[in-house]
Amino acid sequence: MAEASGLSRRKLIAMVGAAAGSAAAYQVMTSLGFAEESPYRGPIRLDGDPKGASVLILGAGLAGMTAALELHRAGYQVQILEYNIRAGGRNWSLRGGDTYTELGGAVQRCEFETGLYLNPGPWRIPYHHHGVLDYCRRLGVALEPFIQLNHNAYVHNTTGFGGAPQRIRTVKTDFEGATAELLAKATRKGALDAQVSKDDQEILIEALRSLGGLDKDLTYRAGDTSSEFRGYARDPGGGLSARPVDGAPMGLHDILTSRLWRGLQNFLLYEFQTTMFQPVGGMGRIGEAFARALPPETIRYGAKVIEIAQDGHSVTATYQDTRQGGAVRQVQADWCVCALPLTVLSQIPTQVGAKMKAAIDAVPYAASVKIGLQFKRRFWEEDEHIFGGISYTDLPIRQISYPSTGYNTGGKGVLLGGYTWNGPGSYEFTAMSPAERVRRAVAYGSQIHPQYRTEFETGIAVAWHRVPFTLGCAGDWTAAARAEHYDNLCALDGRIMLAGEHASYIPAWQEGAILSALDAVSRLHKRVLAA
Amino acid sequence: MSGVFVSRTIAGAVAIALILATRVGASAQEPATKAALPSAGPAMSVGKSFTEVGGEALYAQVCAACHQADGEGAVGAASYPALTHNARLAAAGYSVTILVRGLRGMPPIGRMMTDTQVAEVVNYVRTHFDNHYDDAITPEDVKAARP
Ligand SMILES: Cc1cc2nc3c(=O)[nH]c(=O)nc-3n(C[C@H](O)[C@H](O)[C@H](O)COP(=O)(O)OP(=O)(O)OC[C@H]3O[C@@H](n4cnc5c(N)ncnc54)[C@H](O)[C@@H]3O)c2cc1C
Repeated sequence: MAEASGLSRRKLIAMVGAAAGSAAAYQVMTSLGFAEESPYRGPIRLDGDPKGASVLILGAGLAGMTAALELHRAGYQVQILEYNIRAGGRNWSLRGGDTYTELGGAVQRCEFETGLYLNPGPWRIPYHHHGVLDYCRRLGVALEPFIQLNHNAYVHNTTGFGGAPQRIRTVKTDFEGATAELLAKATRKGALDAQVSKDDQEILIEALRSLGGLDKDLTYRAGDTSSEFRGYARDPGGGLSARPVDGAPMGLHDILTSRLWRGLQNFLLYEFQTTMFQPVGGMGRIGEAFARALPPETIRYGAKVIEIAQDGHSVTATYQDTRQGGAVRQVQADWCVCALPLTVLSQIPTQVGAKMKAAIDAVPYAASVKIGLQFKRRFWEEDEHIFGGISYTDLPIRQISYPSTGYNTGGKGVLLGGYTWNGPGSYEFTAMSPAERVRRAVAYGSQIHPQYRTEFETGIAVAWHRVPFTLGCAGDWTAAARAEHYDNLCALDGRIMLAGEHASYIPAWQEGAILSALDAVSRLHKRVLAA
Repeated sequence: MSGVFVSRTIAGAVAIALILATRVGASAQEPATKAALPSAGPAMSVGKSFTEVGGEALYAQVCAACHQADGEGAVGAASYPALTHNARLAAAGYSVTILVRGLRGMPPIGRMMTDTQVAEVVNYVRTHFDNHYDDAITPEDVKAARP
């Protein structure tokens, strides 16, 4: 998801902890130690008889299908209206043979080799997204590790180091080594005497020496010690050519002025820390598994909701049946869980109070573009020994991610050749034709991997503001909008309750969609039992 | 209450024509790009703000992302309004406000533009795509409209 600024992310994470209280209905217990993690505490239990009440669910994304699954298990009659002719929503993989038509009409046929795919939206799952992980386990979705940090991938800057990509391993080690040396020597000189006791200073120096790769005189320099951290100019071998050669660390000045350190930040953030996961065979496997777990015919596909009305007894949704020439039909139920993106819902006449309507209108959607590129061979593995992970760059493509599967097997491979998140480049890529996005991703990427020029075969590009079923990537809340509107967005309005990643404190993550649905159905169930 | 889904086709309603997201003619399949061509065409912005100069370039490289190159907008599960022959553009301040504050799902992209850029792109849209509003707005107007 978002490569958002660290600070606002951290703030959000702190707020997730605060949200734990409202999810207490299905929590066994929350200990302070877990307060920062996802409030998910195991399968939800909706005890009590809903007496056959019906719930209409709008949107078969993960939020809508989570609600449908749990309400069905609790004894409700459920039905979902879904615009697409597949389930999953943003949970989606594009595989060889798939065709995708974006807003504006451009059609792309995915020409990837059988078994290769692009996850145009969600692609990685943090270990602390307990809700997603638990549904994967219960629904039989096999997971494998997603490599976020690969020390042998690159950080790249068009001006730093003459535009030559640098290994994450050396930039990280040399930056940490140089700063550890500065701090250790400053401590030794007494610069910290006012703040740190003498005893602690000795331990601090020992820690800096140990973790920073410093030698006995607290210097970070080419030699056995630093090579154990940063690797060698020539690796240790066998026989007569065995003797390793130490490499020369980069100068601190060069690291600082190149700004390459910027590319290291994501690896440190809670959302991107190891271990991360991906479903085997593509993220879309989760949506497919949810759809299989629902009773047959629960999802009505090709149903474009165009109006939502309610009175004291029921909710009525009007939709166009896009598979029947746009015939206008209606469905009525006792209650409604509306899990449509706000980009869409804000345009649908919806009979809710002024406060909820204002909230629905208050959230702009982030812009994002992903570009998948297939190459004749896995040159990043064969030539550069990069197995999974991400290279970050200041080029408009922002990053290149190597596949976290099928390692060391030879043959073709698909990598993520560009992934933008907000910023001017997201809009500029979106405004281009798909072929131009791909062409540019190849041209930019070849500055990092010259092999692109001879090995590239075919690509596909998804710009989220042109995705017909979301018209944007994910809810881009500001703190001010949240303070004013969030509670109103999530409140039960008559017989209508909203769910989706936008109704969570973990926006742009699947966990947010699932937790919002669990919270919504818990509150709805309470209300139904009370009726 | 019934607890049973009532599903029906609205009585007497003529099945309305399905509005396709795909416009006829524009849907020719794009050929797969086969080779890494050298970078050509307009430059992309470096940094956190748009670097395009002039209303035409800003429209083509930014606004066209959603409202499309011909200003016709697009329709899917919801829609991007057409800017062609759009009476809402009559009031000069309307588009400025939307650019710097956003509107519903639309992000406030004017925050990544200078006052001059916002004025230029608004003036461009209001005098193109069959719109004929000649009362140009100024960078000062934009400055005053920012939140
Ligand atoms: C580029 C990108 C990267 C991401 N990366 C990650 C990641 O790495 N990890 C992660 O966990 N999450 C990630 N996310 C976020 C994740 O995809 C979402 O949080 C989650 O999938 C949202 O689920 P939802 O059910 O709320 O919405 P959706 O999946 O959007 O479901 C809404 C459903 O409503 C349907 N619909 C829309 N309009 C109508 C209508 N008028 N009538 C009927 N149906 C309609 C849609 O077709 C869709 O099926 C990413 C998202 C994007 C875009």
